[in-house]
Amino acid sequence: MAYVAVKGGERAIDNAHAWLAEARRGAAAVPELGVEQIAAQLGRAVERVMAEGSLYDRELAALAIKQAQGDLIEAAFLLRAYRTTLPRFAASLPVDTGSMRPLRRISAIFKDLPGGQVLGPTTDYTHRLLDFALLAEARPPAAPEAAASDAATPRVHDILGAEGLIEADAPGSAEPFDLTRAPLGFPAGRDARLQALARGDEGFLLALGYATQRGYGNTHPFVGEIRMGEVAVEIEPPELGFAIEIGDLALTECQMVTQFAGSKTEPPQFTRGYGLAFGQSERKAMAMALVDRSLRAEELGEDATAPSQNVEFVLSHCDNIEATGFVEHLKLPHYVDFQSELETVRRMRGERGA
Amino acid sequence: MADDTLLAARGLSRRFGAVQALDNVDAELWPGEVLAIVGESGSGKTTLLDVLSGRLRPDRGVAWYRDPAGALHDVHAMPEPMLRALHRSDWGFVRQNPRDALRLGVTAGGNVGERLMAQGARHYGRIRDTAQDWLERVEIDASRMDDLPRTFSGGMLQRLQIARTLVTHPRLVFMDEPTGGLDVSVQARLLDLIRTLVANLHIAVVLVTHDLSVARLLAHRIMVMQRGCVVESGLTDQVLDDPHHPYTQLLVSSVLQA
Amino acid sequence: MTHGYNFAYLDEQTKRMIRRALLKAVAIPGHQIPFGGREMPLPYGWGTGGIQLTAAVLGASDVLKVIDQGADDTTNAVSIRRFFARTAGVATTTVTTQATVIQTRHRIPETPLRDGQIMVYQVPLPEPLAKLEPSRAEAARMHALAEYGLMQVKLYEDVTRYGHVSISYDYPVLANHRYLMSPSPIPAFDNPKLHMSPALQLFGAGREKRLYALPPWTEVRSLDFDDHPFRATRAPQVCGLCGAADSYLDEVVIDDRGSRLFVCSDTDYCAGRQEAGHGG
Repeated sequence: MAYVAVKGGERAIDNAHAWLAEARRGAAAVPELGVEQIAAQLGRAVERVMAEGSLYDRELAALAIKQAQGDLIEAAFLLRAYRTTLPRFAASLPVDTGSMRPLRRISAIFKDLPGGQVLGPTTDYTHRLLDFALLAEARPPAAPEAAASDAATPRVHDILGAEGLIEADAPGSAEPFDLTRAPLGFPAGRDARLQALARGDEGFLLALGYATQRGYGNTHPFVGEIRMGEVAVEIEPPELGFAIEIGDLALTECQMVTQFAGSKTEPPQFTRGYGLAFGQSERKAMAMALVDRSLRAEELGEDATAPSQNVEFVLSHCDNIEATGFVEHLKLPHYVDFQSELETVRRMRGERGA
Repeated sequence: MADDTLLAARGLSRRFGAVQALDNVDAELWPGEVLAIVGESGSGKTTLLDVLSGRLRPDRGVAWYRDPAGALHDVHAMPEPMLRALHRSDWGFVRQNPRDALRLGVTAGGNVGERLMAQGARHYGRIRDTAQDWLERVEIDASRMDDLPRTFSGGMLQRLQIARTLVTHPRLVFMDEPTGGLDVSVQARLLDLIRTLVANLHIAVVLVTHDLSVARLLAHRIMVMQRGCVVESGLTDQVLDDPHHPYTQLLVSSVLQA
Repeated sequence: MTHGYNFAYLDEQTKRMIRRALLKAVAIPGHQIPFGGREMPLPYGWGTGGIQLTAAVLGASDVLKVIDQGADDTTNAVSIRRFFARTAGVATTTVTTQATVIQTRHRIPETPLRDGQIMVYQVPLPEPLAKLEPSRAEAARMHALAEYGLMQVKLYEDVTRYGHVSISYDYPVLANHRYLMSPSPIPAFDNPKLHMSPALQLFGAGREKRLYALPPWTEVRSLDFDDHPFRATRAPQVCGLCGAADSYLDEVVIDDRGSRLFVCSDTDYCAGRQEAGHGG
């Protein structure tokens, strides 16, 4: 019979894209979703996409979510591919989370503390009952307001640190490693590790962090503090010689107070795990803090036996854009390689039969 | 050191935190000689083995190795590629647990052939012939050559490790409790095998053991260690039959009582 | 050409960074060079490494050919060719002899390459030791010390178990007598074409952020045993369309009774032979 090789890949691709655009829009009778709506009403999704896409831009993240039909990994990918085309002007100074006026601030290790416990807009104590009122458009009653307190909210870490009970901040390098410009190498410094975790997949970190609690690399964690709010971003242009503010970021920071360490010569001290994520991303910040601490096993002289303690394992696999690419690429044609396997297996079977 | 010394160490010291694991230890080894390092656990004998073999760096002191051409090398100043090459060829290391040294997912023949291939052997048939010869020498039936070590008994695993180590004809082998963890009857057979191979091949051995009967059977000379120090050394029979240091006396008498 | 992006998409500084890494790679054949790989607008696994290398070496007068599985018309090849047609406006071709740069996934063209051509391979896993030693830090150490005994042990085990080496693609090679190298997942059939090629061969792994190279006329040896030499294998049939008996063949199932047709995987080679009057 006649065989004609498949042609027309170009037209197939164009048609697939047209169909995709139509499917994305959905039924024409339903009003189109606006990017402002996504940015304002799907804040958690936007923040996750900003974190994993490593670009702080609510509007672009919302656009990416719309374009990706709500596929958040795909949206993060869109954001990353855009981000990589942007020039890098400067590295900011470390943000000062201590001076944040927190919208939310809780500590699990003190009943009360300077600045107080602030619940903020949390789902922690909501009863998870579907709210059928949301099926219809409804304006919620206004939340009660109070005057903002001027009291300082020092970081719990600083309170413990004043007594020497917890390890101090490691001295930072003047210019940190930049994961978006340089390839990850091993051994990886803590700056590289934290950057990789900060944009690592929330689900992956959550599972690993959870595993540490169940005994695979336990770190004996307490939530020293979680705080969420806006901080100023500053850069120090060399031609100016002083810092200038270039904008604000909403952040969630988690300081885990973990397993104390000490020796005959050094008094025992609590160790720390650190998590930081864009927006209100508490699950991510907490999981990150658990995994960060777990990755320090070797540095702190602990046996590294669990996956969460293996720096190479965690960092090489936490990026969901890389992971989804390599998993999904298996659907690309592999028939040349498969053919070579077929021939090998046939030959071996033939030899065995002979 | 004398012109024909194979391995020599002067003033080796090593500390782990508050523990002085090695304290100013000297040692010497001649070609074909078996030197036993004995002592209780924690006496520093394994640390000494690790330092002598270059796996661990001393805080102070130096160890030299004389290569086949007669040149001396500071074990801890050697570039890493050279040290690793040495460990693959002229030296061997037999661990207490053969599972730590063998590749359990690779056939017995592959395990024995690995060092040959690491040295560049590229003839499959010859690698196999050599592997088979060595399996026979360590009394493993040649029919087991293509089996995975995980199907082997403890004694067979240890003999396989010895074949894998000796296949490149090393001049110096470090052994860490090679018969530990084996049944008494299996131990006896293995000791006999080691003694024969080492004597026939004229291999020098640094043997770490807590078992004085192993030392008596294999070693020409013995060093007794306590808390990181060598408290007594000399010819094996002399030291064991007429121990001078109280600690050696204690070790010998406890064996007699057992 | 799409406006708003630089020629061939990447900015000049990134291209310079990649070219610097490529120079290193050419100087040390087969040695993997880490580079600051960028996120591309195509997913990891679709050839982002190859695309970045192509972007870095492409000039306005270049003629680009892109193949996937040996074919110019597979969807991914079409997509990548369009990407460069749009972002660089370069001429494209399906004819091997006319191309100055050939980006490929999984094949080397049957038509011998010539001096002046550049082959760019898309590489998923640049580390040939990865299946034996998952830690990249330890693998790097093994490369540094040229400790490749373990790879030979893998071949030994294959011969012992199957009678010959069972690796049929991504068959490990030694470049210039020194570095163990993944030839990318080309069938072992293509390995001999790597050896002493007059073309410059570049290998890019985007997700792993590694690149490596074979300068023209580099010796490339497929690992083997003296008494079990490397053998390039193909389906024993001839091409059903052009009758070629020397080309690598795809096996196509043509009906529901399992009938098979074997045709050249290299579509350009096959078309050229058919035009020259050869038939199946």
